[in-house]
Amino acid sequence: MPSDPAPEDAPAIQLIDLHKHFGELEVLKGVSVEARKGDVVAIIGGSGSGKSTLLRCTNFLETPSAGRVVVDGEEVRVRADGSPADRRQIERIRSRLGMVFQSFNLWTHRTLLENVTEVPVHVLGVSRDKASEQALVLLDRVGLRDKADTYPAYLSGGQQQRAAIARALAVEPSVMLFDEPTSALDPELVGEVLRVIRDLADEGRTMLLVTHEMKFAREVASEVIYLYEGRIEEKGPPDQLFSDPRSERLKQFLQSIH
Amino acid sequence: MSGLRAMMRPHRLFLMALFAGFVIWCALSLRWDWVPKYAPLALEGLWVTILLLISTSVLGFLLAVPLGLAQAVGPWYLSAPARAFCTIIRGTPLLLQIWLLYYGLGSLFPQFPWIRSSELWPYLRQAWPYAVLALTLSYAGYEGEVMRGAFSGVNKGQLEAGRAFGMPRFTIFRRIWLPQAIRNVLPTLGGETILQLKATPLVATITVMEIYAVSSRVRAETFIVYEPLLLLALAYLLIAGLITLLFRRWENRGSANPELPRTRREKNLPLEG
Repeated sequence: MPSDPAPEDAPAIQLIDLHKHFGELEVLKGVSVEARKGDVVAIIGGSGSGKSTLLRCTNFLETPSAGRVVVDGEEVRVRADGSPADRRQIERIRSRLGMVFQSFNLWTHRTLLENVTEVPVHVLGVSRDKASEQALVLLDRVGLRDKADTYPAYLSGGQQQRAAIARALAVEPSVMLFDEPTSALDPELVGEVLRVIRDLADEGRTMLLVTHEMKFAREVASEVIYLYEGRIEEKGPPDQLFSDPRSERLKQFLQSIH
Repeated sequence: MSGLRAMMRPHRLFLMALFAGFVIWCALSLRWDWVPKYAPLALEGLWVTILLLISTSVLGFLLAVPLGLAQAVGPWYLSAPARAFCTIIRGTPLLLQIWLLYYGLGSLFPQFPWIRSSELWPYLRQAWPYAVLALTLSYAGYEGEVMRGAFSGVNKGQLEAGRAFGMPRFTIFRRIWLPQAIRNVLPTLGGETILQLKATPLVATITVMEIYAVSSRVRAETFIVYEPLLLLALAYLLIAGLITLLFRRWENRGSANPELPRTRREKNLPLEG
């Protein structure tokens, strides 16, 4: 697979001056984010702040209106209207970004094992045997090996989300994208999913993590970004940002959720 | 087996006895001496019916997929003709469509010398290609409408997950969209296929010798009316039963709907449970 050789110290992902508007509504007004290998960047903000849109612009599920996206030193080539210019390139880049959705989005007509092997076998060209073997290891990791032959509908939300994380891991992603991974879960199921994400952070995975779990963000993030109305209002290391926020709005935000 | 005990309830036994009595009465007091003579023809007719059913359902479904897709997500220049096609097919009697194709096209073709001299001409002079065409278009029209709903009904998040992992568009279609769409409408498709079976006797009107045409011929030649019709009903019942069984198996296989199949759910229980 041809890919530009990335310099050793190139950031795993760079979002440069992203803008996004839906018609009149401007959701992102120039946001830049950079994550080096092993960084965990937590993106927080109120509803409508643009944090999910920012994440979805990263792999072009939403087409940014302006701005650049660079993954492993390779910039996504775009047309004048902002849409990806090269289908092959964007598909290749997407397959390196393991995404975990708020509503899991496991493929309901496939077992957990098939969910995890789907992309390796049908996109990355891994042999079925090898993919299955690897999938069982990953399912084991998230504590679902005994559910490998089960369909997602038979599982709890927490189990589904852990399986979705295994699916994302199966592509050996350079960056993992988490879009509010615990927001759709019953409170008692949040912990099991956060534990898995924490393990991944601890082993040095690069992540962009949109979340409402402030305590968790504080514990795992290497950097926290607070978005307000489509702009970065404040960013910094979690301890400083949470204990000593400079921005008035961030102070209010942190108070409002405690 | 609780199933066997349930069968042995008094009212069930009574019904079974009644049915057995009917069968015995049929066998003893009706005329069956014509059967040996017409059996080979009847088997051939049965085969034609089954062949018509399978070929037109399969071909019709292959047409229904693009028809449904065009209506669900196509640009107007694809969705408008697809919608028009489905409306016309569903809005006119199948008998009329069969006759229009057979008598209309059938009398149009001979006027073109290049058609008459083509390789296809020996087939175009027969009735069955028009029967296959008419039944295929009919199935496609109805199922095109079913598939439109089926494609629209697939959760967008399912497709988005495919996109997010870099699946090419055709892979998303083949691996996620189409299987989920079909799975959602399998019960409907099963019912529609039974309707298709019961539409096949109409092609007897354009001289295709399927099973109904055979029973008509028996009646015309022997003046025996009810016996061939009873056997005919039995034949259709058996085929309809087979269709039902077949679709039920497809539904149970690869279903992910907890409400649906019990067997599947039991399989999914953890081994130690």
